[in-house]
Amino acid sequence: MKPGSRIKSNACDSEVVVIRFGGGELTCGGAPMSEAGGGGAALDPAQSTGTVMGKRYVDAAGTVELLCVKPGKGTLALDGAPLVLKEAKPLPASD
Amino acid sequence: MNLALLLEMAAGAAGDRDGLVCDGKRWTYAELWDAARAACELIRDSGAAFVALLDESSEASVIAMFGAALAGVPYCPLNYRLADADLAALLDRIAPALVIGDAERVARLSPGHTVYPRAEFTLAVQEACVPEDQLHDDGGGIAVQLFTSGTTAAPKAAILQHSNLVSYILGTVEFACADEAEAALVSVPPYHIAGIAAVVSSIYAQRRIVMLPAFSPDSWLRLVDAEKVTNAFVVPTMLGRIVHALDKGVHADVSSLKAIAYGGGKMPLELIRQALELFPETGFTNAYGLTETSSTVALLGPEEHRAAQRSDDPRVQARLASVGIPLPTIELEIRGEEGEVLGPNQPGEIYVRGEQVSGQYRERSALDADGWFPTRDAGYLDEEGYLFLSGRADDVIVRGGENISPGEIEDVVLTHPAIADAAAVAVPSLEWGEGVGLALVLRGGMDHPPEDEIKDLIRSRLRSSRVPDTIRFFPALPYNEMGKLLRREVKGMLAG
Repeated sequence: MKPGSRIKSNACDSEVVVIRFGGGELTCGGAPMSEAGGGGAALDPAQSTGTVMGKRYVDAAGTVELLCVKPGKGTLALDGAPLVLKEAKPLPASD
Repeated sequence: MNLALLLEMAAGAAGDRDGLVCDGKRWTYAELWDAARAACELIRDSGAAFVALLDESSEASVIAMFGAALAGVPYCPLNYRLADADLAALLDRIAPALVIGDAERVARLSPGHTVYPRAEFTLAVQEACVPEDQLHDDGGGIAVQLFTSGTTAAPKAAILQHSNLVSYILGTVEFACADEAEAALVSVPPYHIAGIAAVVSSIYAQRRIVMLPAFSPDSWLRLVDAEKVTNAFVVPTMLGRIVHALDKGVHADVSSLKAIAYGGGKMPLELIRQALELFPETGFTNAYGLTETSSTVALLGPEEHRAAQRSDDPRVQARLASVGIPLPTIELEIRGEEGEVLGPNQPGEIYVRGEQVSGQYRERSALDADGWFPTRDAGYLDEEGYLFLSGRADDVIVRGGENISPGEIEDVVLTHPAIADAAAVAVPSLEWGEGVGLALVLRGGMDHPPEDEIKDLIRSRLRSSRVPDTIRFFPALPYNEMGKLLRREVKGMLAG
């Protein structure tokens, strides 16, 4: 998956843009993600923490970074491990 | 990732919110996004290799930048103040381009481009038919090309990849963090990196852009009042003129201003102290950055400004003259002449590394083998990590093997009550290779101080090697329109 490509959840409305991708299987709400999306997969209740517009999600090793461009109900995960929010230190507006 | 996705997100999240106000006309994020998609069609149909702007800031500069990004064509805003010969050379370097702005000048200087006057472009992008399934560039290439101002040499074509600018924005701005009342006054020219960064940051933050195409202190103050502006970025020269206008009694309600950021040149200590008193409720942020680093790499925030203003501790007070702490997303080092990394309080050249750092020119890359960019700015970090600038590395005067930064001499001379402005530059010296030349401007109504008085002042505060070999007075020093001192010209003035 190339940086810049947009992929969609098949279990909810989530859409993300790939910023960094080092390999592995990406899922959202328990179902594999795809470029087409809208696959109508069931949302796994255990994977339904939701995605937030404009937030970045990363794995613990820092191999994957995704930017949420459309929010949904599913949890983003890499090879079964949930991605976590990339916390940015708030900065004063400088321009 | 394509830079224009940042506008698409703003349009997707709050399409009917005002994103831009220019000359009284308002554009929502959805209208800007639709116009950018239409501009993409126009650009593709023209077959242009670049999208250039030869105009002041307006809705057209914003639409053109995002349209070019969608089409995968570099956006290259040009300095409309350049003399004909210089501008012709730049236009030739980007042919064939789709140029928005001064059609008469383009036709006269460099024929063969596709040209739209501003009003025609704005109309065309509102009328164009855009296919629903329009395909966009993947953002793997160059988003923006800026010709550097060339204060030390001929203009270089600095290039910024989509990935550089997007990293900068994602690393420094929280999406949709601005509430609906917030508005950012953009008055820096569109061909300056600060003008590009201000537009993209404001759109991603969903802070309404209030565009001021041509800066004057009165119009700036009037717009702050009328649009209840909350944020603004200014260069020091602009802040000086705003403070002066308020001093002279220009009436405007500026109570809405929550934040003023400044950068792009050296801020006189006296001026920032004045501004802090004049705007007691406003947060000031000093931003240090370069074209080649996609804007800001270090900043001094509002609390640090107020702490320095209030403090009795000289080290905390001194931070008002620093450019703050490097961004958490950036690595920054001070290196000596052999490339060795220097410790606190040791002056050297500033190197930066990070995803927002391009360091690339059309002609070559300035990055070293490990991806570090030598900024050619000289400076040091204090023991707490605050960055202090001491001028361009190329401006350092090497007198008999000793490095002298012009700033230390200028700061001392400017404490003399009769001196309004000062520039220290290298002058040829038979004895030392280079000597110190000092160009001075007399403060209005003051008598010329004797040369020895100036020399004694420098000798008493600094080492004797800093005492100038040549001192001359001039009516004014040469600056470019962004308030940058043109040291090359000062050298010529002292030689002439």
